[in-house]
Amino acid sequence: MPVFDYSLLLKGPYHDMLVAGLVLSLELAAATLVFALPLALLVALLRIAPVAVLRWIGFGFVEAIRNVPLLAHMLFWYFGAPELLPESVKLRIYQGNIEAISAVIALTLYTAAFMAEDVRSGIRAVPPRQFEASRALGLGYVATMHRVILPQAVAITVPPLISQTLNLWKNTSIATVIGAAELMYQAGQVESASFRSFESFAFATTAYLAVSLIITGLAVRYQQRFPARPA
Amino acid sequence: MTELIHTYWLYFLVGPYPNGPLGGLALTLLLASLALLLGMPIGVLLGIARVSPYPALRWPVTALMFIVRGTPLLMVVFWAYFFLPSVTGHKTDKFTTMLIALVIFSGVYLAEIVRAGIHGVPKGQVECARSLGLGHWRTLRFVILPQALRAMLPSLLNQFVLTLKETSLGYIIGLTDVAFIATQINTLVFTKPAEVYAILGLTYFLLCFGLSRCAQWIDRRHTHVIKSARHDPI
Repeated sequence: MPVFDYSLLLKGPYHDMLVAGLVLSLELAAATLVFALPLALLVALLRIAPVAVLRWIGFGFVEAIRNVPLLAHMLFWYFGAPELLPESVKLRIYQGNIEAISAVIALTLYTAAFMAEDVRSGIRAVPPRQFEASRALGLGYVATMHRVILPQAVAITVPPLISQTLNLWKNTSIATVIGAAELMYQAGQVESASFRSFESFAFATTAYLAVSLIITGLAVRYQQRFPARPA
Repeated sequence: MTELIHTYWLYFLVGPYPNGPLGGLALTLLLASLALLLGMPIGVLLGIARVSPYPALRWPVTALMFIVRGTPLLMVVFWAYFFLPSVTGHKTDKFTTMLIALVIFSGVYLAEIVRAGIHGVPKGQVECARSLGLGHWRTLRFVILPQALRAMLPSLLNQFVLTLKETSLGYIIGLTDVAFIATQINTLVFTKPAEVYAILGLTYFLLCFGLSRCAQWIDRRHTHVIKSARHDPI
């Protein structure tokens, strides 16, 4: 096996490609997080809504998305969904970065479905007497959720949400199937251009591990700062 | 859509099978089952090592598990795809490559399930076994594992669902799994991408939803059994 060539990774065109990939991966993860968190909260609230129809919608959303691999979501949003749009909209979308947009849509839905379940179990972990007390004090359903239940649920929900963020970070790699130029894609490109497979994959693996380590570190720090309180 | 299904259902299910290698949904299911089956012994061994009293055994396994859990499965697949041939000297086919990556992956995730299962067995059981004169190993073998593994059944099914979903990554290295076959059908039909991929999604959904419902049912039944067992007079 040839010698490990560090210089390839430290400067030059291959270095630039890999770093650009890492940046896009981080952007994908960040954009997804921004969209997925509110969506997850909304779905979680639907899941525990007092109206049966809303509960069914929430349940349908979560199950329909969680039980299909992310890869199939990506393929659908990249190849399938744009064909359903009218011609003029389609043209405009294809001028933009369609790969990244499809990837963010697929990742957002996928991540939100998992996060919704975490938020829901966080809400359910708040003792029901809190809800009853709040209602007895005259707060309505929405006010009870907003002022009493959710603030307490947030503390319980943060650790599982951080671990979902870790999953999200790893899942960005799947965007490579639709050709979004993220880290995994760039590692493949560098590999086929330079035949330096070991170097390019080592870079990608290290980058993925490093970010995973940071996210895990955040989770540990959070649990030290705010240890789980028995309810 | 019915016409689509009518024309391509066999291709979708088994790929070019009688005239070529097995593919499609059958390959996906075969891959997931084998991965779980082969991953299971690895998972049990790693899980035992993870709760072992010897740090020399515990630390490397913990590190390995962290590395595998911190990298995307796709990365493991790429490493296996490009490096197995250079290590073993001859070309590994796509199925074996994907299987090895999945076995490593499910082994590590199963290890975490095994560990949780072992921790889930009441402490009194260990103390009882130890005071009856059983050593660490025999306590594990005859007292802890039989209970832990039974309690793990729902988690195992969930892991199967996860593995089933992950086999779809074989698509990237050109394995003719159901996602790959769907793409081929899409290329053949060309005009109905949304339908083709919706059918693909629906197929995964039916399988995975059914299996995870099963897991929930077993889980509920199991807790029920434990509860009623606790009420029984000794």
